[in-house]
Parts: sequence; structure tokens; C-alpha cells
Amino acid sequence: MPSSTQIPYRKSSWWKLNQQRLTPWIFLFPGLVLFLVYVIWPIFNSLYISLLQWDGLSPAIYVGFSNYIELLDDEYFYISLINNIKWLIFFMLAVPIGLGLAIFLNQTIFGIRLIKSLFFFPFVISQVVIGIIFAWFYNPRGVIGPFLEAIGLGNYAILADEDFATYGIIFAGIYPQIAYCMILYLTGLNNLNTDQIEAGRMDGAKGFSLFKNIILPQLRPATFLAIVVTVIGSLRSFDMVAIMTQGGPWGSTNVLAYYMFETALSEYGYRMGYGSAIAAVLFTIMMFYILFFIYRMYQSEKKGL
Amino acid sequence: MFPIPIQKRPLINQISYRVLIPISLLIWLIPLIGIMLTSIRGLGDIAQGNLWGVPSEFLLFSNLKDVFQNTPMLSYIMNSFKITIPTMIGAVALSCMTGFALASYRFKANLFIFFTFIAGNFVPFQILMIPVRDLTYQMGLYDTVTGLVLFHVAFQTGFCTLFMRNFIKALPNELFEAARIDGTSEFNIFLKIVLPLTRPAIAALSVLIFTFIWNDFFWATVLIQGHHAMPITAGLKSLNGQWISAYHLLSAGSIMAAIPPVIMFFLMQKHFIAGLTLGASKG
Repeated sequence: MPSSTQIPYRKSSWWKLNQQRLTPWIFLFPGLVLFLVYVIWPIFNSLYISLLQWDGLSPAIYVGFSNYIELLDDEYFYISLINNIKWLIFFMLAVPIGLGLAIFLNQTIFGIRLIKSLFFFPFVISQVVIGIIFAWFYNPRGVIGPFLEAIGLGNYAILADEDFATYGIIFAGIYPQIAYCMILYLTGLNNLNTDQIEAGRMDGAKGFSLFKNIILPQLRPATFLAIVVTVIGSLRSFDMVAIMTQGGPWGSTNVLAYYMFETALSEYGYRMGYGSAIAAVLFTIMMFYILFFIYRMYQSEKKGL
Repeated sequence: MFPIPIQKRPLINQISYRVLIPISLLIWLIPLIGIMLTSIRGLGDIAQGNLWGVPSEFLLFSNLKDVFQNTPMLSYIMNSFKITIPTMIGAVALSCMTGFALASYRFKANLFIFFTFIAGNFVPFQILMIPVRDLTYQMGLYDTVTGLVLFHVAFQTGFCTLFMRNFIKALPNELFEAARIDGTSEFNIFLKIVLPLTRPAIAALSVLIFTFIWNDFFWATVLIQGHHAMPITAGLKSLNGQWISAYHLLSAGSIMAAIPPVIMFFLMQKHFIAGLTLGASKG
């Protein structure tokens, strides 16, 4: 750094010499500091808290890995983990369904733009609202219950059924996700290489073989993105569970994201250490996808340089 | 073009396609149509189970009046704006700077910092929850709009940086080089060359962030407790508990929560979709 005894001219020439080197750091500073304080540091802090027994107020006690050991015997932890897997598997359906919808809508008829936007609607609306709507649909006095009764199947409330409630929530959660995948594929379809398709058609490819051999490979970037956002969406399944069942009946619809919240910040007690251990498990699962994503970006960056 | 344009198909296909489109749209939107119909109804219809028929009374305005008079709905909506707009401005402003720094300068830590932003952006919220809540508490910002905004700005900066950096990287580098040779300072390159060119990216990010933050529920639950600072998502959740069978009121409230992002989407549709599908058409 220039000392204060330097005359202004020298100062500015020092700045001129180092401008290129220092500018990026000046521009990075506010955003990076905020991000480090609010996002990066908390990750490590949470991992540390997971080694503590702490209610958030009284002094914390270091307990090593005992929170994790307790997890191994926690029935609700397993229920949550299995539900997370169910979410992950069924959420993936949003990708092919979104692709199907996109193909269905990829035409140029009058008003198609408006129709596409209306199909996209569910994604724009808050999950809280979607959750409220579906909870009402499933309610015995709502929509599906009376309907089932009318056709003589008896009244049935899926959200009160331990075995099926999770599927009811996943179904609601998938609804906006399909819209998201659809829009990704619509963009992909818009940017297809027409020459290749025409060449394929000349060679007699049509229907499914044309789709499989020529269209699908070209849609790979869209598919990649659709899978990434769907996996992340499925692991972030907090809102829907919180609105529709709050983990019930009897914890049967819990997912890690909600169970963690419940353990750390609800009437079940403020068990910060235990909650952090659950979060750490969720984080580890997510980390696989994050690293995969970053690896792919790194590859394309290297190609770009 | 894939699939084959419907105009090149036999007439019968063309007609059935045009019939199928509105039918499928109707089925797709059943949940939303349901909530709109319900928001019009009175308690009578709900109790009698008249859910899909023609509403016996048109009570949308009286339902809305009910909601605004008997609940803090107005304050929820105002809070949502107070949270969403500053976050939008903050995150976009910060990421213009970080994006510019990462896109236009070569230095050792560049890619590492860039990937840190991306990785942080995908992290599950729960791993941040306890430390962020604690930090907010210690700063005396727990249960305030400011505390929530600060966190949102920080978190959204990750996503926005990814977006901005890629956008600026795609700009022709010769522009900057030419300006440098002319002796333009780095700050002026940012202000006079980069910022005007990033206008479409700024627009796209603004609508996306608006929608994300407006719809946020998790952080509103974690960092806000009282009705005075609660945004509409958390507010609806608490009303949901109170009005178990008053679905006509809940529907009216839900529609109020849905309108701002829907308007935003329709006004800025092109930018919204461009932002959301960034990367869907190229590697």
C-alpha cells in the first residue's frame, strides 16, 4: 500500500499500475463478504453444532458424535429418510411428463403463447398456495372425498392415511415442478438444429426413432438442467409438508428438511445439536449433486478457456 | 421443427389438436380454477358441498373485505413487498459487481470463488438455519424485516452471481479491451460499458428474485415470529390453522398471495423465461 507521505501523483500512478489486479477484489468485496458470513460460514458452524448438545440458550456441551449415533436408532429419522427417497424417485416423473407436455405444446397455432404461459402458471405461484389448494382437495369435506362418496367408494382422506399421505403431498409438489421442466424443454425444442432433423427425416427416421436418435441427444442440456432442479426441488420439500400435514399423521410424512426444523425449532424441544446432525445428513446427500454439477461446469469452463 | 407442425397434418388431426388443447389446459388448471371459484362462494355453498357448480352468490368482494377486515392480510402483503423489493435491488446490485469481477478478470482464485457461489446456492436451507437464526438474533434483527432481507440478499447473491457472470462472460471481450486502450478506467468500463449491456440480465434476475422471495416460506418461518413483520406466505399458513373450514376466505387470501408474482410474470414473461431457462439450450 502507498504510504501517506507519497505525493498524490505517485499515488495515482501506483493505482494505475495495480488497477487491473485490484479492481476485481473491490467489486467482489461486498457480495463475497455477505455470502461468506450468511452462507459459507453457517455450513461449517452447523457441522460443528452437530457435535454439541445445545438448546440454544444454556451453555453447549461437546458430545462428539453421539447425536449421529442417536440418529441411527431414531425411527423418525428413517421414516424421513425413506420419504426423501420416495420424493426423489417420484419427483423424477416431472422430467418426462414435462418433456411430453413441451412436445405437445410446441406448435404454432393461434394463442399458443398464452396457452404455454397458462400451463406454466403453477410454478409462479407460491408452494404455500399450492399446498393449501391440494390439502383442500384431499379434505374429506373438500373435493375428492365427496366425489369418492358419490361414486360409492366411501369417504377417504389420503392425508390422514399413514401409508399414503406422503404420496398425496408428492403429487401436489410435482405439479409446479412439471411446469418448470416443461418450460426448460420448450426452450430446448425451440433451439433444435433444424438441419439435423430434416436430414434425419430424409433418411427415413420418424416417430420414436427420430425422437430417440436425433431429438433427445440435442435436448441433453435441457434434460441435465431439468434433472438438477428436480433433484434439488425434491430435497427441499419443506413447504408442502409444513402446509399440508406438518409431518403427520404420526410422523409418517416427515422428510429430513421438515424433521430437522421440527427437532430444532418447535414444541418438541430446541435440540440444536440433534437438528444440525439431521441437516448434516441432508447436506451430505445434496453435496453429491452439487459436486457433480460443479464438475460438469468445470469441464465446460476448461473447454471454454 | 419437432414435432411436425400440426398444419402439415391431416385436417382431422388439426381439428382434434385444437379441441384437445383447451381441454387439457382446463384439466391442468383444475386446482387453480377450483380456488378461484371457491373465493367467489359464500359459506352456504361450502357447507352444502356445492364446489364445482355455479356459485349461488357472487361474494368475491365481500370475502376479500372479510379477509382484509378480520386478519392482518394488508400488513402481510405490505411486509411481502418490504421484504421482496429491497432484496431484489440488493441482490441484483451486488451480483452485477461480483459477476463483472468474475467474468472480466483473470486471477488465481477466480474459478474457486465462482464455484463457491454456485455450491452455496444449492445447499439445503436446513444446514444454514441454526447459525443464521443465531446470527440474526445477535445482531438484534430477529423478527424484523431487515434481518430477513439481509439473509435473502446474501443467499440470492449466489444464484445471481452465477447468472451475471455467465452473461457478462458472453459479451464480446474486444469491447473492454478497446476501452482499456483508450485509457478508460476499470470503474468506467463497469459503469459505462458493462452495466448498459447487462440490462436484459438485470431484468431477468429482477423478476426471478421477486418471485422467489415473494414465495419464500421457510426463511419467513425461521426468522420472523410476529404478525408485524410476517410476509403473506407465513401469514397464510397461520390463517390456514385458524380457518379450518372457511375455505372461501382462505381461497380469497391465497389469491391475494398469488396475484403479484402472476402479474410480474405476465409483464416480464420473456425475461422471466429467459432467466429460468438459462443453459437449457446450450452446454
